[in-house]
Parts: sequence; C-alpha cells; structure tokens
Amino acid sequence: MQHTESASEITFHHHIDEKTFKRNVIRTTVILSVITVIELVIGLIIYTMHKGPDPNTYVVLAFKGLVCILTLAKAYYIVSVFMHLGDEIRNMIMTIVVPLLLFVWFIIAFIVDGNSYKNLRNDYDKHFQESTTPASHHGAAEHAPEPEAPKPGKQ
Amino acid sequence: MATTATAQTKWWSGGKSPFNTEYGKLMMWYFLMSDAFTFGAFLISYGSIRFSQNFWPDPNAVFNAFPGAGHANLPLAFVSVMTFILIISSVTMVLAVHAGHNNNKKDVVKWLAWTIVGGFAFLGCQAWEWHHLITGEHATLIDGTIQMVGQTTRVNPWGDLVHGPELTAALQNSTQHTLAQIVSEHSHTYTHDQLMGMPKQQLVDLVNEAEVHIRRNGPVAFGGYFYGITGFHGFHVFSGVVINIVMLVMTQNNVFENRGHYLMIEKAGLYWHFVDLVWVFVFLCFYLI
Repeated sequence: MQHTESASEITFHHHIDEKTFKRNVIRTTVILSVITVIELVIGLIIYTMHKGPDPNTYVVLAFKGLVCILTLAKAYYIVSVFMHLGDEIRNMIMTIVVPLLLFVWFIIAFIVDGNSYKNLRNDYDKHFQESTTPASHHGAAEHAPEPEAPKPGKQ
Repeated sequence: MATTATAQTKWWSGGKSPFNTEYGKLMMWYFLMSDAFTFGAFLISYGSIRFSQNFWPDPNAVFNAFPGAGHANLPLAFVSVMTFILIISSVTMVLAVHAGHNNNKKDVVKWLAWTIVGGFAFLGCQAWEWHHLITGEHATLIDGTIQMVGQTTRVNPWGDLVHGPELTAALQNSTQHTLAQIVSEHSHTYTHDQLMGMPKQQLVDLVNEAEVHIRRNGPVAFGGYFYGITGFHGFHVFSGVVINIVMLVMTQNNVFENRGHYLMIEKAGLYWHFVDLVWVFVFLCFYLI
C-alpha cells in the first residue's frame, strides 16, 4: 500500500492490510443483512399477531422492543465499521458520542409527555376517548365483521 | 503498529492535532452529529404525537404494495428492497473510500458510480411509494359519508374498520359515484356507466359488506410526519447523490490524483453512511413498530 502526503493534521495513519479490510467489510455486510432479515421476520410476526383474534399487547411490545435493540446494533456497526469511528482516537470518539447521550432524556421525556397528554384527555374529555378509541381491534381486518352499535360523535 | 505509537504520543503537548484527524473530516463529524439531532427531534416529535393518540394506523395495512403486484397484500416487502439498496450502496461507498486510500483512481470511479446508481434506485423507490400512497384512493368513512381519498397530509384513510349498521347507514349517505367505485373494485359484472345508471338502492345492495374493507379516517398527523420525515431523508439521499456525482467528476478530472490524496472521498463517504444510518431509524419508526 502506497501513501503519498495527506493532511498535515494526521500524525499516524491507520494502516490496514487488504485481507483484514476485505474480511471486515464482508463480515459487517453479512451482519447488517442478517439483522435486517431478523427485523423483517419479527415485523411479520407482529403483523400476524395483529391479524389474530386477541393479540397479546405485552408480547407485541416485547417484539417491538427487540426490534429497537436490533436497530441500535445495526447503527453501531454502520458507525464503527463503515464510518471508521471505531478507529479514531478515544477523545475524538467521546466528543461525538457523549453529546448523543442527550437522546436518552430527549426520547424518554417526550414519549412520556405524549402519553400523559393522552391519559389526561381520556380522563377529562370523554368525547375524545369515545370517538378515537377503536371498538374492535384495528388489525382484525380479515375477520368477519361483528355487528356493533354505532358510535356517538361525528366520527 | 500505529496503536502502540498512538499510546506513547503526547497528543496535547502541541504541534499536532490531538484528534489525529484532518479538520474537514472532524467538522463533517460534528455536522453529522447536529444533523442526527435534527432527525432525532423529528422522529421524537412523531413518537410524542403517536403516544398521545388512542389509535394509530397499523403500518402493515398502509405499506403493503409492491410495484407490479397490483392489489396483492405484501407488507414489508417493498421497504425491505429499499433498505437493502441503501445497505449495498453503503458497502460500495466503503469500497470507494478504501480505493481512495490506496490512490487507486480506477476503483474509486467504479465504486463511486455504483454508489450513485444505488442512490438513484432508492430515490426511484421512494418516488413510486409516495405516488402510490397519494394517488391510491381508499373508500373512507368521513363525517357520515363514504369518500374516496388518498393518503395526504390532510386526510388519513387508515382508521378503524367500520361494519354493521353504521356502515349500512354510511353507504346510504354516499354519492352514486363513490358507490359505483366501491362496487367496481370488487366485481366487474357491470360497467361503470351501468352502475351510474342504476337506482341507488340497487347499488347499495350490490356492495358486499363483508368483503369491502371500509375504514374511518385515522389521525391526520400520520401523513405529515410520514411525508415530512421520509421527505427530509429523501432530500439527504438526493444531496448525497449530488455530492457523490461531484466527487466522481473531480476524480475523473484527476483533481485528487494531483492533490496526492483522496481524503475528500472519505468526507463524502461519511455523509453517505449517515444517510444509511438515518434510514435504519426511519425504517424502524415508520415501518416496523
């Protein structure tokens, strides 16, 4: 491998031989594809459960949580291998990763806020609750319709 | 080995960059970090609104079409094609950056070209999906009557399914034209003109209530968030393709060859991988959960 002069800020080059590079790229591509396929399978499991007569909310939630974790794993591989952040100096990595920790608060705070808004509206605005809560399960598309009383309100 | 050398170096004693990274690349990283917060804010806002609703459309009911497959119900199929296109184009970008490290102009050109092809393929898929969602009309119960609407930022046809007396009443209230469209979707016994000429009651009787899947209108926010966030991501893909084309032209014109290094390709590569990274989360938030 031949290196001509590059940017003056770089004191040490990260050398990697062709064989290791090829192996890393193939390995990461396979990992990303396999995780994506697993995610799709879980997505189809969730879809089948939703179609079923009585989907277990907690199992569906557990599957969705699992997909979130798998997505974070994919993000880790893209950033550390494809974007080579893993090869950088630790101090530099920290200036990128530490600010991203803000997302922990960001996600929790806003999801909890949205959920609390829903609960308050359901408590104090019965019309909102009655007109937006589905009577039957919304995914039960393939099942014979059961007769049900028309809902009050304009929806 | 570089690792032992880096451990002994006094990075903060002056005279060298403590991050061992060129300025442009470091700034690209900080730009991408801020861009991650922009996308994060959009996605979290979507999550917040979704958690504030009693009902949210099932993505598998919305995204189940595939080009050329007609009305076949194929959830997750098309979006998985889009996801694999982006993963593969990310791999070709890695190869382009690596070819740049080796000062191998021919390979840089080859892999950059493939990356650009992947970018255009993804944009084409997204254009098809948007077109399908906007123009595909669904019989939807809105304010007591059935209307044919597509998925736009103002109306969402993916609410709860309607059946029983409410559906019968809604059919009675609907226009001749809408009823004719609903009937002709499921049977081709009559032509559109014949259906339009029928007495309304006969037309209502022709609607098989067990067969038609008529939904209420769902939460309006769905369309705005979907088009807003996938559109913003699509814009990033588009600008990434433009950047890659500029890189390709500069490579062809020997700009990097004369400069002695291909570090610019590395920066373009970082941006392109980031676009793939964001798609991973968009895929999760809109299609999987």
